[in-house]
Amino acid sequence: MKGTGKHYFADKDIQLVLGTLLRVGVIASMIVVFIGGIFYLRVYGTDLVDYHTFQPSKNAFSSILAIFQGIRSLDSRAIIQFGTLLLIFTPVTRVVFSIFSFLIERDYLYVLIGLFVLCIILISLSNKLIA
Amino acid sequence: MSVLLFTIIVLTGAFLAGLVGSLTGLGGGVIIIPLLTLVLGVDIHYAIGASIVSVIATSSGSAAAYVKEGITNIRIGMFLEIATTMSAVLGAIITVYINPDYIAVIFGCILLFSAAMMLKKKVDHSDDNSSGRLANFFKLNGSYPTADGTVKYGVHNVAGGFFMMFVAGIVSGLLGIGSGALKVLAMDNIMRLPFKVSTTTSNFMMGVTAAASAIVYLHRGQIDPGIAMPVTLGVLIGATVGSKLLVKTNTDKLKIVFAVVVTFLALQMIYNGLAGKF
Repeated sequence: MKGTGKHYFADKDIQLVLGTLLRVGVIASMIVVFIGGIFYLRVYGTDLVDYHTFQPSKNAFSSILAIFQGIRSLDSRAIIQFGTLLLIFTPVTRVVFSIFSFLIERDYLYVLIGLFVLCIILISLSNKLIA
Repeated sequence: MSVLLFTIIVLTGAFLAGLVGSLTGLGGGVIIIPLLTLVLGVDIHYAIGASIVSVIATSSGSAAAYVKEGITNIRIGMFLEIATTMSAVLGAIITVYINPDYIAVIFGCILLFSAAMMLKKKVDHSDDNSSGRLANFFKLNGSYPTADGTVKYGVHNVAGGFFMMFVAGIVSGLLGIGSGALKVLAMDNIMRLPFKVSTTTSNFMMGVTAAASAIVYLHRGQIDPGIAMPVTLGVLIGATVGSKLLVKTNTDKLKIVFAVVVTFLALQMIYNGLAGKF
C-alpha cells in the first residue's frame, strides 16, 4: 500500500526529482523565451501589431518541424516558440515519470492509465486533428 | 500600436494578472483574455493560445513547490487526467468552429461562476469513509501527513467527479483557461477530498491538461510568439511574486475587490459577445 514501508520513501525520492525537474523545465523555458523576446523586440520592435483577425497562415512557426528549422536560421520568433515548446513538454515529462514510478511499485493498472494519458497527448501532436 | 509598446502593455497586464490570480487563487487566464480582447482588440483565438501557455507556466511553477510537501495524490490526478486530457483536446479542436461571440459569452459565464466560487466560503467535506467501490478499485483513497500524525481520507462519488472533470477539460480546451473553479467543484464538493490534497492534485492536473490542448493550439497557429512571450513571462513572474506575498497577506478584502472587477469583465465579455463584436 501507498504510504507504508519502502514504497513511501521511493515515492518521496521520485517526488523530489520531479519537483526539481518541473522547476528546471519552467526556468529553462522562460530563459529561452526571454532571450528570444529580446531578439524579437530588436528586430520587430518598431513594426505595427496586427492581431485583430485570426490568420493562421501568418504564423510561420506552428509546427515542431518549422520551429526547429527556424532555430537553425536563428529566427527570434522560432526561439520564443521553442521556449514555449519546452514549457508544454514540462508537465508531459511528469506523466512519463509517474508511469515509471508506478512500474517500480508494480502497479500495472496505473501504468496502463498513465500510458493512456500519454497516448492522448501524443495523439494531440498529430496535425490531422485540426484539418 | 508598435510591437514594443504592445509588448510592454501586455507584459505589465500579465504581471498584474499573475500576481492577483495567485493571491486570490483564480489563476491568470481569466484576466489576461479580457485584457487582450477587450482592451487591446486582439482576436480571441490568439488570446486563448497565449493564455493556455501561461496556465502551464503557473501550474508547473507552483507544482514544483507543492511536490515537496508530498500531498499530491498522483493516482487521483492520473485517473482524472483520462477525462481532462480527452476533453481538453476535444475542446481545443472544436473551439475554432464555434462563433467567437459565443465563446465570449461562455467565457463571461465561467468568469461569473469563478468569481462566485472564489467568494464562497470553502467547506471541507472530507472523511475517512473509504468504502466506495470505484475508489477502492482504482486505489484512490489516501492519506497525508500533518503535525498530529497521518490523516486518512476516502474518495466519494468517483463517477460524478470524473464526469465533472470531463466538463472542466472541455471548458479548459475551449477557452484556454485552467478552469480551476470547476476542478475544485469536482474534487471538493463531489469527490469530497481534503483541501490540502485537492489543491495540489488539481494543480498537478492543470499542467498536463493544458499541455494537451496547447499542442492543438500550436499546430493551428493560435500561439503567436509576439503575444505568448509577454503573456507567459508576465504571468509567471507575477504568480511567483504573488506566492511569496501570499504567506503574509490577508486576501479577504482583495478577493471582494477582485470579484467586482471580474464580474465587470464578465458582463463586458457577455455584452460584447451578444452584440456580435468578436
